[in-house]
Amino acid sequence: MKVLVTVKRVIDYNVKVRVKSDNSDVDLSNVKMAMNPFCEIAVEEAVRLKEAGVASEIVVVSLGPQAAQEQIRTALALGADRGILVQSDENLESLTVAKLLAKVVEDEQPGLVIMGKQAIDSDNNQTGQMLAALTNMPQGTFASEVKVEGEKVQVTREVDGGLQTVELNMPAIVTTDLRLNEPRYASLPNIMKAKRKPLDTKTPEDLGVAVKAHTQLLSVEPPAERQAGIKVASVEELVDKLKNEAKVI
Amino acid sequence: MAILIIAEHDNQSLKAATLNAVTAATQIGGEIHVLVAGSGCQAAADAAASVAGVDKVLLADNAAYEHQLAENLSQLVAELGRDYSHVVAPATTTGKNVMPRVAALLDVAQVSDIIRVDSEDTFARPIYAGNAIATVKSLDAIKVITVRGTAFEAAATEGGSAAVEAVAAAHDAGISSFVGEEVAKSDRPELTAASVIISGGRGMGNGENFALLESVADKLGAAVGASRAAVDAGFVPNDMQVGQTGKIVAPDLYIAVGISGAIQHLAGMKDSKVIVAINKDEEAPIFSVADYGLVADLFEAVPELDGKL
Ligand SMILES: Cc1cc2nc3c(=O)[nH]c(=O)nc-3n(C[C@H](O)[C@H](O)[C@H](O)COP(=O)(O)OP(=O)(O)OC[C@H]3O[C@@H](n4cnc5c(N)ncnc54)[C@H](O)[C@@H]3O)c2cc1C
Ligand SMILES: Nc1ncnc2c1ncn2[C@@H]1O[C@H](COP(=O)(O)O)[C@@H](O)[C@H]1O
Repeated sequence: MKVLVTVKRVIDYNVKVRVKSDNSDVDLSNVKMAMNPFCEIAVEEAVRLKEAGVASEIVVVSLGPQAAQEQIRTALALGADRGILVQSDENLESLTVAKLLAKVVEDEQPGLVIMGKQAIDSDNNQTGQMLAALTNMPQGTFASEVKVEGEKVQVTREVDGGLQTVELNMPAIVTTDLRLNEPRYASLPNIMKAKRKPLDTKTPEDLGVAVKAHTQLLSVEPPAERQAGIKVASVEELVDKLKNEAKVI
Repeated sequence: MAILIIAEHDNQSLKAATLNAVTAATQIGGEIHVLVAGSGCQAAADAAASVAGVDKVLLADNAAYEHQLAENLSQLVAELGRDYSHVVAPATTTGKNVMPRVAALLDVAQVSDIIRVDSEDTFARPIYAGNAIATVKSLDAIKVITVRGTAFEAAATEGGSAAVEAVAAAHDAGISSFVGEEVAKSDRPELTAASVIISGGRGMGNGENFALLESVADKLGAAVGASRAAVDAGFVPNDMQVGQTGKIVAPDLYIAVGISGAIQHLAGMKDSKVIVAINKDEEAPIFSVADYGLVADLFEAVPELDGKL
């Protein structure tokens, strides 16, 4: 079975982003970029499926600027077999990404597509579900456990009330939650080897998808800052403040 | 212009998050219809009909919708949604699961997790873990939206008298099925609806020590939450996680115990009215958002707090 994994290039999760002074967007110049953490988990899950003999090939896809090659190379170093970059310098909205991925799915015919549940830049949490709709595949979103059994996959999902398990016909889409696995680090020999693994570049035109804007970003503001509070010296003082000053207990 | 709200419910009762979505819809303006899709869910539909501001309730009662499977529900919502200007759902795990699928079927974008309505097509939403707020204009004819509950007051559960209309359409995609669920049972208020929350982090050391927080929670009528580190370490279950990728909360009082205050945690709680932090490290970033900070060992401070309540 072939597994398709998507990886997005995003700001490193440790970096606190700043808003540009003209409020047009966030400032990403000279900011450390990395693979979206949920995509790291997706890659790890695919590699484990391959190690378990369930997956035969792992194809990793990223959509974005030329530099997104770096994230594809990282995934190749972690164990993916080959990469596809859908290169575009335009702003790719989730629906467009899903349409482009639907074309890649049509070409590659994977048994399973594993994606992150959310990109930590846009915080959209949409693309996997949209791809599932466009390909008419079932979806196991926010996965904390994935078990392939024959032609079906059982996915345990993290939901507001606890955990829910669903069974999906394959091909299916899975989106990862944080507890699905703990991603490994790439070893130096594997990083070297990854440089020789195949990486194809395509454009949205090659895939026959028009990049269309469905939304317009009007402005970006920093969030309201909280007023700095005070330190209390004792539990007694804390209780007094909560009762008599804040009046919340 | 009419707005279709997808109700969050458990087939018997309406979940509170629906009420926040109704308020967001009221701010958008227009007639408000609520879809209750489930199985044996008449009671939930009746509850929706009495919510203030609701003009009509659509009841789709069919086995295919019992567990809100996205494959089935999205087809129903997309079919009904074609006649509306907006399709709105709470940004719960159900809404997040189903609505992007609806949007793609309608060939429109989704505007996720809105916190403000500026006009019928312009909304504000947090991005980058809440470190920036984007104002976004939707260019689509049908606007698919999920609503962050903490940003909108709950609509009144009484005062409405909407008609309940049955919807016959049964969509069973036949590609997915429900296997089972593990639902956390608790007598405490739900995290997203609680007015007081006490959360523990890695500093709690283990799961048993959460009993210290539960005892305080009992006295304050509070819900108990956790950081991701505490969930990852297996101290407590995942449904207790507060943060960028967990639950977003905004209670009147949030008490963070043994939590350092990573941006991903702050993203889930920094809109709380009053924040208290108890941490032994006076440099912990949580103190930068805390109204009242107590630098102390939690194993001394929390029992003492418990005793003084
Ligand atoms: C993609 C992504 C998404 C994430 N989403 C979330 C999310 O939704 N929610 C979330 O919470 N995190 C999330 N995280 C994780 C986040 O980055 C932090 O790792 C996490 O919040 C840390 O949890 P913590 O504060 O409990 O642990 P730590 O950072 O280890 O802090 C423990 C604190 O306890 C204090 N302490 C220890 N012992 C005591 C004691 N005896 N008395 C008093 N204080 C004590 C320490 O001083 C320290 O400040 C996410 C991370 C990533 C990469
Ligand atoms: N430009 C992209 N390139 C590769 N994968 C993407 C891209 N955009 C979204 N994805 C995938 O879709 C997931 C959800 O993204 P989003 O819906 O934007 O929050 C991400 O974790 C990725 O796995």
